[in-house]
Amino acid sequence: MYYKIIDEITIDASTDNLSKVISFLANNLEKLNCKPKTQVQLELAVEEIFVNIATYAYPDKIGAVRVRIEADTAENEILITFEDSGTPYDPLKKPDPDVNVPVEKRQIGGLGVFLVKKISDKVFYEYKDGKNCFTIVKKV
Amino acid sequence: MTIDIAKDKNKVTMTFSGRIDTSTAPKMEATVKDNIAGITELIMDMKQLEYISSAGLRILLSAQKIMKKQGSMTLINVPDNIMEILEITGFTEILTIL
Repeated sequence: MYYKIIDEITIDASTDNLSKVISFLANNLEKLNCKPKTQVQLELAVEEIFVNIATYAYPDKIGAVRVRIEADTAENEILITFEDSGTPYDPLKKPDPDVNVPVEKRQIGGLGVFLVKKISDKVFYEYKDGKNCFTIVKKV
Repeated sequence: MTIDIAKDKNKVTMTFSGRIDTSTAPKMEATVKDNIAGITELIMDMKQLEYISSAGLRILLSAQKIMKKQGSMTLINVPDNIMEILEITGFTEILTIL
């Protein structure tokens, strides 16, 4: 596997910056000739993770998050990594919502990370050197 | 995102276009809240909807919980990419989709 860094952005982890992050992603995916369907799925995955970080990583201050896009063109894989220095938190430890219960029992919330797991081919989390690193891998 | 509202006695039709994401979901939530008191039929026309994230799904779920008590809620003209998200999250089982 050989991933080449395509682009990266370091930005305040604030939901006000969501549109900037999505534009950054969309511009790069267009350059990579990503299919529209895959692009929408990756936009969704990136929104969910970015908003999670913006909401939970820095409870008392504004902190930064770095979003990096890498591609393995031989394997047709895109890798998107989020790195923040906020509170250690592994979103993959959260149990999946039960999507097979009637509407009265469905919990409102908890769907974001579940969607990311379903849409991506692989997801990873690690806490390393004081940073949360969350990675999405998607075949394109 | 824009939402057009058409009212006919106890029936409200909301026509969505654009993107329902974390930025636009509060507007959707407010529009739903302001328009469903006392109605018995809510139609959500999704034909022009391009994108929905979990922020929008949460509002669909809470609207469905309310409408189940007072009448019905139906989604119509759902595009394929939106339908895929509804299927993954099990929403196709709890929402009425025509």
